[in-house]
Amino acid sequence: MIPGPFSYHRPSSVADAVKLLVSLGDEARPLAGGHSLIPMMKLRLATPEHLVDLHGIAGIKGVRRDGSTIVIGAMTTQHDLLASEMISKSLPILHETALVIADPQVRYRGTVGGNVANGDPGNDMPALMMTLGASYTLQGPGGTRSVVARDFYQGAYFTSLEPGEILTAIVIPAPASGHGYAYEKLKRKVGDYATAAAAVVLTMSGGKVATCAIGLTNLSETPLLAEEAAKIVIGTGLDEATLKKAAAAAEEIMSPAADGRGPIEYRKSVGGIMVMRALKRAAARAG
Amino acid sequence: MNDMAPTREQREAKLEGMGCKRKRVEDARFTQGKGNYVDDLKLPGMLHGDFVRSPHAHARVISINSEKALKVPGVLAVITAETLKTVNLSWMPTLAGDVQMVLADGKVLFQNQEVAFVVATDRYAADDGINAVEVEYEALPVVIDPFKAMDKDAPVLREDLVGKTSGAHGPRKHHNHIFEWTVGDKDLTDAAFRKADVTIKELISYHRTHPSPLETCQCVASFDKINGDLTIWGTFQAPHVIRTVVALIASLPEQKIHVISPDVGGGFGNKVGAYPGYICAAVASIVTGKPVKWVEDRIENLTATSFARDYHMTTEIAATKEGRVTGLRVHVLADHGAFDACADPSKWPAGFFNIVTGSYDFPTAHLSVDGIYTNKAPGGVAYRCSFRVTEAAYCIERGMDILAQKLGMDPAELRLKNFIKAEQFPYHSALGWEYDSGDYHTAMKMMMETVKYADLRKEQAAKREAFRRGETRDIMGLGVSFFTEIVGAGPSKNCDILGIAMFDSCEIRLHPTGAGIARVGSKSTGQGHETTWAQIIATEIGLPADNIKVEEGNTDTAPYGLGTYGSRSTPVAGAAIAMAARKIKAKAQMIAAYRLEVHEDDLEWDIDGFRVKGLPEKTMSMKDICWAAYNSVPPGMEPGLEAVSYYDPPNMTYPFGAYICVMDIDVDTGVYKVRRFYALDDCGTRINPMIIEGQVHGGLTEAFAIAMGQEIRYDETGNVVTGSFMDFFMPTAVETPHWETDFTVTPSPHHPIGAKGVGESPNVGGVPAFSNAVNDAFSFLGSTHIQMPHDFWRNWQAAKRLGAVG
Repeated sequence: MIPGPFSYHRPSSVADAVKLLVSLGDEARPLAGGHSLIPMMKLRLATPEHLVDLHGIAGIKGVRRDGSTIVIGAMTTQHDLLASEMISKSLPILHETALVIADPQVRYRGTVGGNVANGDPGNDMPALMMTLGASYTLQGPGGTRSVVARDFYQGAYFTSLEPGEILTAIVIPAPASGHGYAYEKLKRKVGDYATAAAAVVLTMSGGKVATCAIGLTNLSETPLLAEEAAKIVIGTGLDEATLKKAAAAAEEIMSPAADGRGPIEYRKSVGGIMVMRALKRAAARAG
Repeated sequence: MNDMAPTREQREAKLEGMGCKRKRVEDARFTQGKGNYVDDLKLPGMLHGDFVRSPHAHARVISINSEKALKVPGVLAVITAETLKTVNLSWMPTLAGDVQMVLADGKVLFQNQEVAFVVATDRYAADDGINAVEVEYEALPVVIDPFKAMDKDAPVLREDLVGKTSGAHGPRKHHNHIFEWTVGDKDLTDAAFRKADVTIKELISYHRTHPSPLETCQCVASFDKINGDLTIWGTFQAPHVIRTVVALIASLPEQKIHVISPDVGGGFGNKVGAYPGYICAAVASIVTGKPVKWVEDRIENLTATSFARDYHMTTEIAATKEGRVTGLRVHVLADHGAFDACADPSKWPAGFFNIVTGSYDFPTAHLSVDGIYTNKAPGGVAYRCSFRVTEAAYCIERGMDILAQKLGMDPAELRLKNFIKAEQFPYHSALGWEYDSGDYHTAMKMMMETVKYADLRKEQAAKREAFRRGETRDIMGLGVSFFTEIVGAGPSKNCDILGIAMFDSCEIRLHPTGAGIARVGSKSTGQGHETTWAQIIATEIGLPADNIKVEEGNTDTAPYGLGTYGSRSTPVAGAAIAMAARKIKAKAQMIAAYRLEVHEDDLEWDIDGFRVKGLPEKTMSMKDICWAAYNSVPPGMEPGLEAVSYYDPPNMTYPFGAYICVMDIDVDTGVYKVRRFYALDDCGTRINPMIIEGQVHGGLTEAFAIAMGQEIRYDETGNVVTGSFMDFFMPTAVETPHWETDFTVTPSPHHPIGAKGVGESPNVGGVPAFSNAVNDAFSFLGSTHIQMPHDFWRNWQAAKRLGAVG
């Protein structure tokens, strides 16, 4: 449970961090909150020779409004999210989700940027970002670009990040006022990854669903957007039959692994249940 | 003046003796991070050892190449079985009469088995070193399923035993067989089954789990080359036993071995036995002449040092149609892993599993246990229980519920009908025990009245109807458990460890100012002995508990004792403390008589001193007697005031309790909610009610964890798949239910203060309460028995199997 030897770097700007990552190559890893990387290093499943700590970089932490979007700096911690009034007001689903991520100690240290950039299918924020239509700002040797969350995830721990690139910010279009939302997470205990989780953001009009997006956590190699399921509920009043149909459509795209959280059949089944519960709760909240 | 004298109540309260909720004196240091644990120990020049472990569950070790490891800066030595053979320590004896490899000798038999020990100048270098050791393995077929271990063509696991047709506990009937142990009257039991109106038969498995104390197993060994003294600081629940084992296997004179258990962060049975880490650290220290520290990490603790349970119990009960039990027949397949390293009293290969008749008046019973080897970690320790008592309690308490279901009777009613009656004590059980005391009916009825049992059953019936009508997806279960433990090992007539009778001991020395020190052969791993032992002495000899320092764990200063496990501290050491105190009191009485110029028989004890009968103003306090003991004792009497007692208990003690768990389960997700848990314990005389309550809370939390998900699980190739707290269920405060505690008091008639021990009761009684609640919830859907652990996905699977989920 002790990492192998490594060198530690603490750049003070994104440009310097990028330079370091480029010059040190494959053997370097950026370090944010460290809650995924450090345990892997302790088990020697990850053995980077260089750690590039992003904590010394000013300006990539904090939440701000930019027109119709909300911008979250990559080094913003889950605790910062929970403490942010802007988040509670404009993106309450982020608040609700951050509360079910690990435990307070982890949330003090774990960052939103690290959570979305690592590509761990068990992380809660990626599916949420897909649901919200967020995009990620990536800064690398070739300059700055933006990738939408829905295109970012390619496989377990495999993302659109190019060598030397750092995710510096998350840009989220502010959801319509009066939107309904819910993040339903089934987990074995505090601190665990989801056995299955579903994020729902919707708007209602005249008792019917007007718009809807559904994201799924830890039910495949990547976070999923359950587009078919969302389509099914639009225009309905979320009656039992529709909910079941939506759940079935969501289950269609799930391909979870069998692990200590349960066999595949179970994880898919409760994945459907989470979708139904999230839809119901979101609809009840919609103004 | 007399108005100013303290009242009797004030004098008693000042002592903080038995019955007082005295605050734990240990907590001042524990809550401030000032405890002194093994890993806090830093000696000059101390080295660090770490293990290379096997990735395979069964493999031949072709070669071990240390060349690269020895080039890692800071690495000083790599110890292998070949090294240990030079000092005849490549294998070591287990407490169960088997032998165990210290380091892989030719082959490995379980995943994470110790293969080589790397010694380095710091922990980091040691870890780099183990990653540089190159081991070549040739994988062998594995035996994981215990039910396949004795197949004709099952792979031979223990090549060292080939050709040995008998072991420490009699004949072996297969190459992977360890022992068969039978108790009871087979013929009479068979006859009872032939005559029975109703019988049940069920395979009730108690899965493999692990005690997982907060502090893992660890030690520092330091060999003094000049004097030839070996000092080992370690996380030992039984330091004296460790010293004797070291003396026997290392051929060192026992007076040259100093074993010290400093503060220990939980044991729960995990820290009773001897582990390869201790031997390797000691050998490394002898070789290098420097202190060597070995500290397990969490994964090593869960996967390599002693597991618990793994008992597969085929349970049969015979009964009349009115619900009187007439016979019990149990066969156990006991999976011991690669070596039989159970920490039971030596003559008891299945511990006290023959307490399996439980709280019921079975006219006859028969038990047989087959111990077998598999490619899993060795152990089989008593995880917060007296040896195999948890398994036995689970077996009978689940069995009684299954019988109730078959009879169409309420499980509480069936128990009341079959309890041993208060007037039957001392009660001789069909499997050979003499229960000392009990009042089961009173405890059970108190539980049922407190929780309004009849109302709960009515609510359950209504809920079931609502479920059938499709109005709810929740099902409700009531888990009744009435356990009888057997603790306090034990009488020398039937209990020993490696030939040493399982007595315990206490030495009390009082100082002139009315203070003193008590040294005891037990060893607290969190139970609060420094608090409670002083309370016993306070009541016995009338000095405030605050004036008594309690010391344990140092084999040089503490009298020889067998340590703390199996709830034996209060029944055995607690008795020794009372007996030593009484010796002191007897001498004190002679001193007082001399000083008060009366005959001894004219004195009577009064809270904190003696008074002359009929002359209440003529008194001498214990405090004054202490002073007198050092300056004016009767002619011919030795000065001083100290005593030692070695207590050989005449019998075990039999704590009992009535528990109930009320649980709701959402069939769609399998998620359960413990709505209520009520635990009534009878541990005889209560020394410190606050500590008892804390013990019950802790034990119930463990029971909850075990029943609802805490498991050491292997895949079919022998990989441990629950080797960290991510997958091994360790509940936090969020998951842990609220506990309601209650009690009755039925003192032990043979114990000097009537106390029975309580630390393990909640683990023993809790597990069946949780499991019965789950099983009771599902029973109306047609289920008889669902195996533990009852985690969410298994509950969902049960619901699906029973047609409750689409």
